[in-house]
Formats: sequence, structure tokens, C-alpha cells
Amino acid sequence: MLRNTVKRHLKNFSRAKTGPGAVFWSKNGSGLRIKPMSMAQVATYSTKIPPRLTAESYPSVQRLTQFKKLSPEDMTFFQSILSGSEILQATADEDLALFNEDWMRKYKGQSKLVLRPKSVEQVSQILKYCNDQKLAVVPQGGNTGLVGGSVPVFDEIVLSLTQLNKIRDFDPVSGILKCDAGVILENADSYLAEHGYIFPMDLGAKGSCHVGGIVATNAGGLRLLRYGSLHGTVLGLEVVLPNGKVLNSMNALRKDNTGYDLKQMFIGSEGTIGVVTGVSILTPPRPKAVNVSFLGVGSYEGVQKVFVQAKQELSEILSAFEFMDLKSQKLAKQHLKDVAHPLEDEYPFYVLIETSGSNKEHDDAKLEAFLEKAMDDGTVLDGVVAQDETELRNLWEWRESIPESSQAGGGVYKYDVSLPLKDLYSLVEAANERLAEKGLLGDSDATKPVISAVGYGHVGDGNLHLNVAVREYSKEVEKALEPFVYEFVSSKNGSISAEHGLGFQKKNYIGYSKNEQEVAMIKQLKNLYDPNAILNPYKYV
Amino acid sequence: MSKALRILVPVKRVIDYAIKPRINKAGTGVEKTGVKFSMNPFDDIAVEEAVRIRESHKKLVENIHAVSIGPAKAQDILRTALAKGADTCTLIDAKEAELEPLAVAKLLKQVVTKQNANLVILGKQSIDDDCNNTGQMLAGMLNWPQATNAAKVEVDESSMTAKVTREIDGGEETVSAPLPLVITTDLRLNQPRYATLPNLMKAKKKPMEKLTLADFADVSTEPRLEVLKLEEPPTRSAGEKVATVDELIEKLKAVKAI
Repeated sequence: MLRNTVKRHLKNFSRAKTGPGAVFWSKNGSGLRIKPMSMAQVATYSTKIPPRLTAESYPSVQRLTQFKKLSPEDMTFFQSILSGSEILQATADEDLALFNEDWMRKYKGQSKLVLRPKSVEQVSQILKYCNDQKLAVVPQGGNTGLVGGSVPVFDEIVLSLTQLNKIRDFDPVSGILKCDAGVILENADSYLAEHGYIFPMDLGAKGSCHVGGIVATNAGGLRLLRYGSLHGTVLGLEVVLPNGKVLNSMNALRKDNTGYDLKQMFIGSEGTIGVVTGVSILTPPRPKAVNVSFLGVGSYEGVQKVFVQAKQELSEILSAFEFMDLKSQKLAKQHLKDVAHPLEDEYPFYVLIETSGSNKEHDDAKLEAFLEKAMDDGTVLDGVVAQDETELRNLWEWRESIPESSQAGGGVYKYDVSLPLKDLYSLVEAANERLAEKGLLGDSDATKPVISAVGYGHVGDGNLHLNVAVREYSKEVEKALEPFVYEFVSSKNGSISAEHGLGFQKKNYIGYSKNEQEVAMIKQLKNLYDPNAILNPYKYV
Repeated sequence: MSKALRILVPVKRVIDYAIKPRINKAGTGVEKTGVKFSMNPFDDIAVEEAVRIRESHKKLVENIHAVSIGPAKAQDILRTALAKGADTCTLIDAKEAELEPLAVAKLLKQVVTKQNANLVILGKQSIDDDCNNTGQMLAGMLNWPQATNAAKVEVDESSMTAKVTREIDGGEETVSAPLPLVITTDLRLNQPRYATLPNLMKAKKKPMEKLTLADFADVSTEPRLEVLKLEEPPTRSAGEKVATVDELIEKLKAVKAI
């Protein structure tokens, strides 16, 4: 059938485009892969300098001497419980870069060993052994994290959940999905689609990230506005504790009011007190009618106004409300090159609205009425509405390709913060002012380190992404931004990490969002369940 | 003949290109309930081309008329065509009947006459039945020249001819023909634009003529073909990993691939 050969203007344009220096997405579970091309080519897409060892970039972080170094006896043990394909060792021409580097290529660990178990039993044996032997371990999912939380800092063993990737069970009546931690989000969603259900969260890295990973990091994503956070949708977890014991609440029910809700402790723990191996999650029915509109708006005040109107007029069918500033779309335009932007003229702000419902006529009528009103009173200056599925995906691509576009010029400093809505965009303005003041900003001046500081994010959740696109990572830029950004957020009573977590990048800044008592309790819990601190060391706890 | 272009763009409502069609339980057709329908992508390209011709020949184009033959819901794609630049449109309500290309061509012929159109631009095929017949049949019945699989269209105002670059096996072919003419579109022809909000609103006010098959009593729309059975293609069996080249060769030999 020709259906499969019809390639319209922009189908899959960004991820499939394989020009020099393209970033390759792999669906087979190995996560975001960066093809080992010649250095010159690599330099065109990512950092101009290949990633430096985290240990060199941050000399103040020292390897803890309490951890044992990997010995041949340890290898003998691992070989006794794992097969050849489950063990990857560093060799002269294989530095395990895929597991040692984060996808922004900002951090680089020095692990010599990657374990990829296929069963929970193996995970348990590995952790018990490492705990007894005091070998440090970094649990790793799709390695799509943005704060350096899933890569080793020194010689920690990487425990990759890639091969623990089976769907365990799905109940089409209740909509409860049970699966291994290593199932790729997109695969889980495709599986659910066949049964008329949808995974209650979605994010740009869906083709690589793992279900276990998003739970362990409490990722937010694009549908939080509609389906709420994972703290609500996750019904149960299977977690292997550092001592090898398995905490199993997979048979969880929607209502279970019997004491402490232990699973919550692991959602967002970032692999510091246990390794998530199984997830039981409540999935909602897949919406039958989805509509997307992409709008041009004159000011940030306008964006807020459209948001209020959208909530009132679209109410239950509103499933995403994303905003982007002009600079972010300029970067996306450069990155997507030949693709025409949905809107002919430029506007200071853009808004993407998605509606999801069960009745197309009903949804269309609502969306139409809302857009007409917003257009008539001048809040919306121009806009387009997707007429088919391809257009719909392409409109989303203009939002989802911003992270990749910000990175394309060399590198990117990412800040993911929660702020009160009225102050949301002021951080981007303040950051731009500061960078200009320090003489670091130059969008066409190649001698300046910073290309552009752009803002976009989930207005619906009060979540802003400040991306500072740079030509190369430098201490100078980092010093201008940190702790400036965190202080700014703290002064507005925001959170320094809305959905990315703390990881390595923000490990010293937890105090801006959590008070002393909270930090103390986190430390107590960590000491209680991971007394040897073998799990994900050098990170935020 | 006065120098004016009246363009007719036939558009078809099909299961959205991005949706994987599934065969219904009875095995007699494709499952249509709860499935997203959109404009046939090739027809979207045809609408875009008509609009581009108007943009480059402002005074020449008198009217762009879209027509769809299908269920009442085909109104949606006609509105899309209007929002993307068509001026007027006709819906020929065929209820749930699946018309074959010959019947469609016969109906379109009458629409051409009625609209006094002198240029018909349509998709080279629709992505549901993949027939690739309608344009050719229409041209034959009108006794007009045809340029199929167009990748580039240039209209020459002074001579009222069109130069069309066609996609053919192994290359391109450029043909030229005087108007009136039937052009069928290929993928490379253009990239359709989005429907903007102001245009979507204007589209609501543009006229839509509603006819039914009864208005074309002299055209037989009875199917000439009978669908006996529809089957999904066999699913691919999972691959196998081999450890060595020798093992690979052995396996290939075993299945008589070498």
C-alpha cells in the first residue's frame, strides 16, 4: 500500500534527518545514541570540546575512599550470575561512552563496567553483592536525564535496566498496566494504544526513556496538566533495596489506605535509595479526538490571558498548554532549516494548545468557539489549527524540538523551574539581562560564548524551561547563571527543579527549595536504607 | 476564449495518513468507526497548487472550486480546502457508498461542465484504494490532455498552456499542453500550508453547494467490482541472532537463501 511511502513535508523531520551531526534516536533500548563520527562532524552538533571527565571539570568532587575498586574477584562473581550479553566491560577501544556520558554531553564518568540484568532476581543479587563489597552503583534507564543524575561520576558500576523490558500484565477493564522498569515509554504507549488506553505521561524523550526512569525521577512532561503527576498515577512499585531485599507493592489497588505509602518515597528519589524494577500504573482511556492549535501572542500577559480563557472555554478537554518565546522558535527554525514555520509572521510568544476528548464534533466546536473569541478580542494575533494527524505532529514538533535546537549550537545550560505564573517569564528576561551585562551574549557574534537564552514550558503547570544555548560549556557562563538562577527562583518562592530533578547539576542547591528539616529527613532515610551509600553517590544526597 | 482560469480541485476524505488502517471483523473492508479521517494528502497538495497558481497569476484565476464526493462528513475536508484557499465548494453526498474511479470520473465530468472549469488539479491517487485512475479517466471522458504525477507546474499566461514536470521511473519528464487540462499531483509538487485561524473563520462564510447522487441520475454509481475478502499481510516473524559467520551461512543454506 502506498500509504507507507507517502512522505509529507515534515514527517519525522527532525529525528529522522541524518545530516552530518544528526542526533540518532534509537528505539531498541540503548537510549539516545550519538553516532561516533569524525570529530569535526561531532563538533557541529554538540559541545565543541568532547565532554571532559566530570572529575576534571569539578575537581572539588573527590572519589570517596570508602568505596572499593573493582577487582577480578568481583568480575568472577558477576560472571557467575550474569551471561556474556549482560556484562559490558571497558576495553582499549570501547570506553562505554554510551553509559558514561549524559546526552547533553556535559558530564562524563569513568565506569569500566556495565551490568544489564534481565531479571529482578539478578538485580537483587547484584545490589546485595555491591552492598557487601562496598562497590558504588549508578542505576541507569534510558539515560535521557538532564541533570547528570544517571551517569557515573567516577568508577561506579552502571546498572542498566535496558534488558529488563517486558510488559507484565494489562487489565483492559481497570486500565492498570504492570511492566518492567526498562520498558521504553513509547513502546508502553504503543502497547496501550492497541487496547484503547494511553500512558498518562508523555515527553520529548519518549523514544528512549524508560518507564522505570521516569518514575525514579518523577518526570513531569507534556500531559501533567491533564493526567496529574506520577505520584497519583503510579499505583505500585517493585523496588530492589541496596541490601538486595525486594519491596513489592505491584498488586496495588486504586484505594489502599493502610499506613505509610512507601512507594512514594521512590518516586523522584533518583535512584538514591532503591532501584525501581517494576511499575504498576493506572492508565486512562486514549482520547478519540485530539486537536492541536499553534498561536501567536503579543506578550507574556497575553499568554496568561489565553491560558485563563482556554481553561474556561475548553475546560475538561484541554490537555496541554505550552508556551514558547520567539527566541526559542528562532533556534528551532535554524535547526529545522527547510521546514516552514506554522506562522508566517514573527510574534513575541507562541502558544500550543492541545485538546483531547471523546467526541470530535464536540471538541471542534469548543475549540473553534474559544479560538474565535480569543482572536476577536485581540489576545491571539494569529494561529493555525492542524487539519490532519501529520500537521498535528508537525505542530508538536515545533515545541518538542526546542531542547534539541538549543543544544545544536554547541551546548546548553538547562534550568527547569517552577514559578508563580505571573513571574514565570521574568526569569528569562533577568537571565538575558545578566548575560548581556556580563558581555557573554551574542546571537551572531561567534566570539561570545552564549548564543541565546530562551524560555518555554508548561504554563499549565507553572513550569518554565530556561535554556541557555552556548557555543561551548564554560565556567564563566556557569558562574553567571549559578547560583543567580536559583537565587532568583528562591526569591519568588519557586522550585529550582520542577521536573528534571537534582542529580549532579543541582546537588548543591537543594537548600533553595527544601528547608533544613526536609533535607535532614531525606538524609536520615538515605542512611537508613542505604547505610553504605552505594547507590548513585556524589549526587544530591 | 477569454483568459481566465477556473480551477476545479476534487478532494477525497480518507482515513488519516498517520493512522494504521485495520481490517474489520467481517473481513469485508477497513474498520471505519472511531478512526480519524482527513483529506487525502495528494489532494491537499492539489489544493495548495491551485492556491499557488493564483498567487503567482493574480488576475488570471477567476475561481478555485473544491468538490468532494463522499459521506456528509466530507464537509470537514471541504472546509479545510476553503480555509487553505479555495473559494467555493460542492459536496456530493454519496452516503456510505464506496464509489469506484469510473463513477467518480463521470460525476466529476458533470461538475467540470457545470463549473465551466478549464483546469482540474487532483491527487494522483487516494491513499485508501490507491487506484490512480480517476484523473486519467476524467481526462479521457472530457477529451482533454492530461499531465499525471506532477512534480512542478508552470502556467504560461500568454499562450494559456501549462508546462508540467512529471515524475517517471528513473527521472523526470517535462510535458506541455494547452488548457483545458487535467493535472494529477505527486508528492514533490509542494508543501501544503496550514489553515490559519482567520482563514478558518472566513471559510465558514464561504458557500458550500450540497448535492446528492440523486442529482446525477444519469450516472450509474453501481460498483462493477466485488470485494471478496480483505486480509492483513502476514506478520513478519522475529529475527534470529547468530554468533558467527559460519552459523549465518549454515542458516541461510538451510532456508535455501543461498
